[in-house]
Amino acid sequence: MVSPEIEQVTTGSKGIFRRIISRIRTLPTGSIIILVLVLCGAILAPLIAPAPPAKIDIRHSLRPPIWEDEGVPGHPLGTDDLGRDILSRMLYGARISLLVSICAIAISGSLGTLLGLLAGYFGGWYDSIIMRVTDTFLSIPFMLMALAIVGVLGPSLTNIIVVLGITNWAKYARMVRGETLSVRELDYVRLAEVAGCSHWRTSLYHILPNVANSLIILATLDLGRVIIMESAMSFLGLGVQPPNISWGLMVAEGRKYLSVAWWYVTFPGVAIALTVLGGNLLGDYLRDILDPGFRKA
Amino acid sequence: MKKFLFKRILQSIITLIGVTIIVFCIVRLSGDPTNVLLPLDAPEEVRIQVYKHLGLDKPWPVQYLTFITNAVKGDFGESLRWHVPAISLVIDRLPATIELAVVSAIFSLLIALPIGIASSIRPGSILDSLGKTIALLGQAIPPFWVGMMLILVFAVNLNLLPTSGRGEWKQIIMPAITIGWFFTASVMRLTRSSMLEVLRSEYIKLARIKGLSELFVVGKHAIRNAAIPVITMISLQFGAILGGAVITETIFTWPGMGRLMVEAIFARDYSVVQAGVLVFATLFVGINLCVDLLYGFLDPRIRYEER
Repeated sequence: MVSPEIEQVTTGSKGIFRRIISRIRTLPTGSIIILVLVLCGAILAPLIAPAPPAKIDIRHSLRPPIWEDEGVPGHPLGTDDLGRDILSRMLYGARISLLVSICAIAISGSLGTLLGLLAGYFGGWYDSIIMRVTDTFLSIPFMLMALAIVGVLGPSLTNIIVVLGITNWAKYARMVRGETLSVRELDYVRLAEVAGCSHWRTSLYHILPNVANSLIILATLDLGRVIIMESAMSFLGLGVQPPNISWGLMVAEGRKYLSVAWWYVTFPGVAIALTVLGGNLLGDYLRDILDPGFRKA
Repeated sequence: MKKFLFKRILQSIITLIGVTIIVFCIVRLSGDPTNVLLPLDAPEEVRIQVYKHLGLDKPWPVQYLTFITNAVKGDFGESLRWHVPAISLVIDRLPATIELAVVSAIFSLLIALPIGIASSIRPGSILDSLGKTIALLGQAIPPFWVGMMLILVFAVNLNLLPTSGRGEWKQIIMPAITIGWFFTASVMRLTRSSMLEVLRSEYIKLARIKGLSELFVVGKHAIRNAAIPVITMISLQFGAILGGAVITETIFTWPGMGRLMVEAIFARDYSVVQAGVLVFATLFVGINLCVDLLYGFLDPRIRYEER
């Protein structure tokens, strides 16, 4: 946030109207548009998809996108080996990718926040034990844990959400603990404790709102990472399984036809890249406006 | 210094133990191994015999101890597919994975470090914008997609590079770029911000006031101090590199440990999965330990801070 004096120099006045305008100008419009598009695509998929995603049509298998010679009008981005429309599958795939990511972040976020609050608020033994566990989880690479868990429990939609959830909570815990420790010393929190608020009340109503800012930033930045991890697992065949659709799964399926059907692999990958890019840019922007002192754990 | 060493080694051992506990619990939770080993219609007595033979009737802590003692000896049981000791399969493929990881890391550092440093010296320049764009793209584009695109462009369309196998130098280029992609972006970003912070500090100002040439200031003082968080991050990212190796080995049919693990998972070959995970973990913890010791060696503050 710039000071009013600087604002006056750069925008010509201190007024609230000017402040809003300058805020809007720095908005990461690109990333917001991308994310809104992806979200709309996912939600409205049944309405805007050119064809049912599972509809098999062998006559039109492996057709290129509509702007190439052999493209078919009903399939703007081409078809796959079974004649299913790529665009429709991408839209439905968006649903699953977003669903998996949001659920996973919800799980790891809640778990991490709970443990972080416990550690930061009560301190002492709770703190030491929880921090040891957190450090262990933080130091184990994701792929290692994912392989171990999925390798034994088997790949499925629920399993991949669970894996993503429980491999990711550690950084939330660490951050929330740090913030809790500093917020706890604030005057009004102390006042609440002294006034007799129960532990629950203090942490929920007084500490948590202060932590919320950083949580939002971390979750937004995490979105991209989780989407990439989910698509990587699905690509390997260890994540979302057919007949469910996932962008990573589409890239894996398209791999067989790489030399004859470039669109099969390219478009889902572009979707992943754009969504992740949008998430990252939005997260960066949020970090800049909400909390300039933010440091990722 | 000794206290630092001791503490770090202790932490590494605890982490390794944590991994073994996780692996052990997951395998035990996944169900009855006799289902995998015996045909479904095996009579009850045979099942009980196998149960006893595998030691599954003993309480969990005892089983865990057996598991650990065997693991330390390198005995993870036999691969269900190939009927050779699981550990030998993993060790056979280990050099290939390490080769890939090391080449990717060196390759990425060669690109990321110069650009990161250069963009921090001249913030806002074209080089800086280039660096920032590469960093953004690198962190957004999924590595497996990069691999596919590389194959599409260089192998399918231009027919320049081979898509699989190991042996010639040509064959490692695309896999190395695929893994290194994300790593390059992270290192570049961190180098840039770390250098920016260092360049603002007091001792740099002093060096400049003393009249040292800019090259000296940046090359000797700035880089050395900025290197510390970068080295830490490299060791942290090594886990991600090994993880990326799993995907890359699958795409490029590289005969490494990652691909072995994926195949073992599909074949429900638990002993190989266990062996692979633990070797992977040991490697990762070992590298972290080495880098941390190096870090302690480079930055005297770390050594003497432990009271």
